[in-house]
Amino acid sequence: MSDVTAPAPGTPVLDIDGLAVQYRTAAGTIDAVRDVSLTIGRGERVAIVGESGSGKSTTAHAIVQLLAKQAGIVRGSIRFNGTDLVGAGRKDLRAVRGRRIGLVPQDPTVSLNPVKRIGTQVAEVLVIHGLADRKNAEIAAIEALRRAGLPEPELRAAQYPHELSGGMRQRVLIAIAIIGGPDLIIADEPTSALDVTVQRQILDHIDELAAETGMSVLLITHDLGIAADRADRIVVMSEGTVVEQGTPAEVLGAPTHPYTRALIAAAPSLNAAGDVDRALEPLADEIRARVFGGAPGDPFSVLDRPVAATGFDKHAADVLVLRNLVKDFPGPRGAGTGVNRAVADVSFSVPRGQTFALVGESGSGKTTTARLALRLDDTTSGQVLFDGRDITAARGRELRELRRRIQLVHQNPYASLNPRLTIAQIITDPLTAHGLGSGADRKGRAAELVDVVALPATVLGRRPAELSGGQRQRVAIARALAVNPELLVLDEPVSALDVSIQAQILGLLASLQRSLGLSYLFISHDLAVVRQIAHRVGVMRLGELVEVGAVTDVFRSPRHVYTRALLDAIPGRGSRVSPSVSHSHHTRSGVQP
Amino acid sequence: MTTTRTSETSTATDGLVGTAGNRFADAVASRRRAPGGTARGAAGRLARLVLNLRRHPGTVLAVVWLVLVLVATLAPGLFTGQDPIDGVPADKLTGPSAAHWFGTDQLGRDLFARVVYGSALTLQAALIAVGIGLLVGSLLGLLAGFIGRWVDDVIMRISDVLLSIPALLLSLALITVLGFGTVNVAIAVGLGSVAAVSRIMRSEVIRVRNAVYVEAALASGNRWSRVLFRHVLPNSAGPVMVLAALEFGTAILAISALSFLGYGAQPPAPEWGSLVSTGRNFLTTAWWLTTLPGIVIALTVLAANALSRALDSDERRSR
Repeated sequence: MSDVTAPAPGTPVLDIDGLAVQYRTAAGTIDAVRDVSLTIGRGERVAIVGESGSGKSTTAHAIVQLLAKQAGIVRGSIRFNGTDLVGAGRKDLRAVRGRRIGLVPQDPTVSLNPVKRIGTQVAEVLVIHGLADRKNAEIAAIEALRRAGLPEPELRAAQYPHELSGGMRQRVLIAIAIIGGPDLIIADEPTSALDVTVQRQILDHIDELAAETGMSVLLITHDLGIAADRADRIVVMSEGTVVEQGTPAEVLGAPTHPYTRALIAAAPSLNAAGDVDRALEPLADEIRARVFGGAPGDPFSVLDRPVAATGFDKHAADVLVLRNLVKDFPGPRGAGTGVNRAVADVSFSVPRGQTFALVGESGSGKTTTARLALRLDDTTSGQVLFDGRDITAARGRELRELRRRIQLVHQNPYASLNPRLTIAQIITDPLTAHGLGSGADRKGRAAELVDVVALPATVLGRRPAELSGGQRQRVAIARALAVNPELLVLDEPVSALDVSIQAQILGLLASLQRSLGLSYLFISHDLAVVRQIAHRVGVMRLGELVEVGAVTDVFRSPRHVYTRALLDAIPGRGSRVSPSVSHSHHTRSGVQP
Repeated sequence: MTTTRTSETSTATDGLVGTAGNRFADAVASRRRAPGGTARGAAGRLARLVLNLRRHPGTVLAVVWLVLVLVATLAPGLFTGQDPIDGVPADKLTGPSAAHWFGTDQLGRDLFARVVYGSALTLQAALIAVGIGLLVGSLLGLLAGFIGRWVDDVIMRISDVLLSIPALLLSLALITVLGFGTVNVAIAVGLGSVAAVSRIMRSEVIRVRNAVYVEAALASGNRWSRVLFRHVLPNSAGPVMVLAALEFGTAILAISALSFLGYGAQPPAPEWGSLVSTGRNFLTTAWWLTTLPGIVIALTVLAANALSRALDSDERRSR
């Protein structure tokens, strides 16, 4: 114990050497972490950056010896203040956890005990370690909540987790991590579940606390922009090994490893406007004519057959026009006759062949607006015009007719594909639904579409569970394209994906737009992504559209104070990469994820 | 389908964490795939099934038993050369022996032959019962869960009433209306299980109805009937199939019980329940007349339950 609490001066807080962690599964062992060595000095802020499965979280959990049951450390040492934690006894580990090393977990919504008051949960750390009796611990807990930046800490301490917002809960978790006065805080993706403005406040606060108390910070993140802003040193991990480490300036300015270069090129927040990989070749004319040559909404029509008159004017300047849209949801039961106004007087239009992005944080009404435009929900008042035709009250046959022209791509490709169907069945589903083409026609079209979205033909017979997230999102895009729509509504199409796959999907969308003249309504909370793909942008807040304009104008000179706050909160703005790095090493977006 | 989605707006960022596990699984899968080839597709599924079966020998035994019973239903001649109806009065009430495995009854008929030939009636009735319960129950549950509103209210209140009456009593009441006979017993037992099946189906449909892929199907332009039968039904049928295997066991018991009470098969037709029932009169002298058919019934019900449990754990894993 005594050697843990009183380190020799000059020893680093944490010194990991040659760490390897294996997971034992039914199908054999997996090397989650292969060979990781890193050092964190006193007061230093180190960020581990990597994508899903790179082993960054496993490394973090190995430090506090909180690995899953089927995982084991096979090699290496983890010296904390000079003492090796690998193989340390339970008692020694308990003395370190919470007291000397604070852990801020990833998801604030599930990391607090729902049946205990906030104050008690924070105070628990002190009580467990015998640092204070219950009464003094409660007082210290309130102080810790205040230091974690929670307003009205006395009130919060008496509340239960469900009464607090996500950002507040994350602050509670930070209070739990700092109350013991640790030497090291491990923050495992502390803000990936939070809105961008809240994320910024939380990270700012961790920085302040570190500076104030001199504790070291190990930040685990997938976002290179956050790492660049917040860390003294960046450690890049891929496939269980450290591929590169150095100061932000070194790593971003002169990356030596190809994986780092690919990661930098893919990170939207680090790249200048319009920098999505538009270098991807457009579809060949021959493919475009063959696959997308039919009439909108009727891919199998041929030129000698007249297209049925539909009342849609496909030469209108704006594909979609929303006028003074309002949507009220009934208020919670027992709250009287009150209504919940999700969308308040929203008007904008989507220009033909361009992308209109709707940006906002959770609860801003952007998804509801998209659902109204798609006619998946009924409007309370206002008008929706598609190709110059009022579709606000369309139903039955008219609505189904409309579905051939507007298609939707969902946020989460892990949930939006029917798990029982094969990929071919999923892609042809809209065609079958509208009775378009014969069975053979549809099959052929599925094969062509899979090719257009750069998937191998072998996926056609597989089921969604056998595909990765990026591949599934390509399938969702292929399904949306099946009926030759004019407008795609993209509801956060990349936010569930890793950053390098995000870049590939955005590249694919940009290329399709250029080749086919598609119009996009792009919903996103990520301004950095919007800057890359959109032509016009609307910023939503609490159901209102606070600012609309061309992307370049809005980003260069935002008029509304909220837009400015959103822009300032984009991580990585302070650290631009030299253009030569971000351009010359693009991963080709057509390549398989 | 007009659900209020006030919480919808907050999913944007929740999804980030929600899919972190999925992304991790992707990464693990891609790394596992890298060195050795792919163990997926139909061959992989078959290999996994065989592996699972080897780990659960009980399930294998259950399946073997059910297959034997099914074969006995279709081709009873394979199991015994004796006649189930005509007996040799001289051999009456002899105990189990090499000549008569299950012994003989009061008329000198071979009990084993009667059990083998009786499986046809019992199983037929059980299958009809499960079929009716499954079909009617699923349809009602599907409509209640998918349409909701007053349809849901009406169907579920009726099923409340049905559930509040003991199943056997309900079946007895129905038989009184329908008349005696094996098929009528089967119909009565089947209708008795409609309420339970519709409940399970409804809860599954409600779960699946709000899935993103169902909304995607609607947004693609599917008619609601097609959404229901192509996208909702296949994804909600799993637990109902588990229940069906369980109901199969219950149905055999219920049919045997009703035959035992004399509502089902009429003599001299052999039926498992009535075999136990007639054997009761000779319980003191000829134990085998009740015990051996009883054991056969018990084993079949247990096998159906084991199969149901195996299906259930498989269903859970595939979620």
